[in-house]
Amino acid sequence: MEFLQQLVNGVSLGSIYALIALGYTMVYGIVKLINFAHGDVFMVGAFIGFYSITILDLGFFPSLLISMVVCAILGVLIERIAYKPLRNATRIAALITAIGVSLLIEYGVIYVRGAQPEAYPGDLIPATSLDFLGVKVSSQSLLILGTSVVLMILLQFIVHKTKIGKAMRAVSHDMDAARLMGINVNNTISATFAIGSALAGAAGVAFGMYYTKIEPLMGIIPGLKAFVAAVLGGIGIIPGAMVGGLLLGVIESLVSAAGFSLWRDGVAFVVLILILIFRPAGLFGKNVREKV
Amino acid sequence: MRKKKLAGIFMSFMMAAGVLAGCGGSSSTSGEKDGETIKIGANLELSGGVASYGQSIEEGIKLALEEINKEGIDGKKLELVTFDNKSDAAEATSGTTKLISQDKVAAIIGAATSTNTLAQVQIAQKNKIPLLTPTGTNPTITNKDGVLSDYVFRTCFIDPFQGTVAANFASKDLKVKNAAIIIDSSSDYAKGLAAAFTEAFEANGGKIVKEEAYVAKDTDFNAILTNIKSSNPDFIFLPGYYEEVGLIIKQARALGIEAPFMGGDGWDSPKLVEIAGNDPLNNTFITNHYSSGDSDPKVQDFVKAFEAKYKGKSPDAFNALGYDSLYFLADAIKRAGSADPEKIQKALEETDGLQLVSGTMKLDKNHDPIKSAVILEYKGGKQEFNTKVDPE
Repeated sequence: MEFLQQLVNGVSLGSIYALIALGYTMVYGIVKLINFAHGDVFMVGAFIGFYSITILDLGFFPSLLISMVVCAILGVLIERIAYKPLRNATRIAALITAIGVSLLIEYGVIYVRGAQPEAYPGDLIPATSLDFLGVKVSSQSLLILGTSVVLMILLQFIVHKTKIGKAMRAVSHDMDAARLMGINVNNTISATFAIGSALAGAAGVAFGMYYTKIEPLMGIIPGLKAFVAAVLGGIGIIPGAMVGGLLLGVIESLVSAAGFSLWRDGVAFVVLILILIFRPAGLFGKNVREKV
Repeated sequence: MRKKKLAGIFMSFMMAAGVLAGCGGSSSTSGEKDGETIKIGANLELSGGVASYGQSIEEGIKLALEEINKEGIDGKKLELVTFDNKSDAAEATSGTTKLISQDKVAAIIGAATSTNTLAQVQIAQKNKIPLLTPTGTNPTITNKDGVLSDYVFRTCFIDPFQGTVAANFASKDLKVKNAAIIIDSSSDYAKGLAAAFTEAFEANGGKIVKEEAYVAKDTDFNAILTNIKSSNPDFIFLPGYYEEVGLIIKQARALGIEAPFMGGDGWDSPKLVEIAGNDPLNNTFITNHYSSGDSDPKVQDFVKAFEAKYKGKSPDAFNALGYDSLYFLADAIKRAGSADPEKIQKALEETDGLQLVSGTMKLDKNHDPIKSAVILEYKGGKQEFNTKVDPE
């Protein structure tokens, strides 16, 4: 029974990672850029949600929408200002810029509102504990899991069935050829960032609602964990992010259950190292052989 | 760009004006000479993770400053130099260096947490400047491995006392036998309380059935709480800080853990109630330094003065200890008859029977005050006075 409860704990923790990892993996899949600022867009989303609930006095779903829209705009701005000028620069330059943007957002938020934490009001969504054979499942974590699954299906649909999705795949395949075919590469990349950041915003609001406490540096650890989850599932592959997130959550819960709660974060990164050594393409990735 | 620079200059003027205004009264104009005021440094957590402690202490200090400066100490007024250590130990260290070398303060108050105070001890010792922590309860602050840090003092009682009080309350008042402990392993404070609790609780015939640990900034505690639940304790000791404590209690109640929780003064923040929610906090207790519900006239006078200055806000223990810290220091400066740090140190050491809001002050040989503690219970999100425990 205790083991089952730990699995449930792991899945509810993992569904948060999955929600963040979806945006991570999507941006990587299209632009081949590890957007380290993703975790901080997630944080901004949590704060936008908080302020629209407390100051504008809106309900959960309108706040979620506002937060997604603001984050989408923020994502596009980050892309236009920081990444676009570096599109033809080396990978490492873009990566370092991403870390810079991440720090800028974190400390920018601290500068504007201070570092003190805020607590989400508790009465937004009824938080009842459902009891399955002695295993407690919170209704909020079911909601988050449901949201991640729905968003994953939606993303798959956008990328594989729509016109903009086709453009995204073309850009990811070969940027120059796509441009020659008449695809507006800049708009496509902006759209990718907009969708990815909107997902981060949604994850931020969900996180705030579930864990109550939000603060300006809250994006760092979940951001890194989501990165591990994305790599675990195969970075760039949308269902991979979902599975990677859930798997990572379960691994962490079981490590804590075994009595090594202080090793939890360490184990997450050991998983990253092992994956990179033994299966660099991730669980769902195909090994692409480089042509000589 | 230029506009920003101008704004920056304007801001720093405003801040300087703010500091001067904080010094109380019309007397602290810029024309005054250094010799006529005594500079006291305050190295506090005004932002960052435990900002609410530092801000509360600062409010207490400012009220005391206003009262003391009405008459001054032998005609001299106190001047407060505040430094924000951002709840970070490295910042606290550099803040103390700055206060001593640049601002040339006679003594320093701060920080709120044990970890951030420990980060300043060496510097205060080396420069022979008295360092007085209002709420740093870890024993090693004043006495590390049997060596007394002679320039370091505190206004509060120490961890073993809080842990012992909690253990006695658990075994004698709540009559529980099996306790679990959840420790914030990144905090010296939590470890100190847990060690004292374990010793006293086992001496009372109780048993520690499970011990779990977490680190500050964790947000998901379901895994360790599930372990706690399966060991079925009838009491859980949780000596952490309010951010994590709030989340732990919320998640524990959602998992169906009904046992009472108890912690120390690290819980004492309005944010705790916001994070955990009113109902989950029922059946939880804390040990604390002071309660505004105490009927002692000294306490009631303080409560009245505080509510008058801060628009009806009821003072918490951090407010009271901040207030007491400056009185403690002012009393020593008065008896020393000078602002010489070494004479202040001597006078602080000799303090005996000083009446303060948080009890009567007397120091033992380790510079640790011997005074009373109160036990508060959370009911519907409000702290209620439960009982007062005197030192043995």
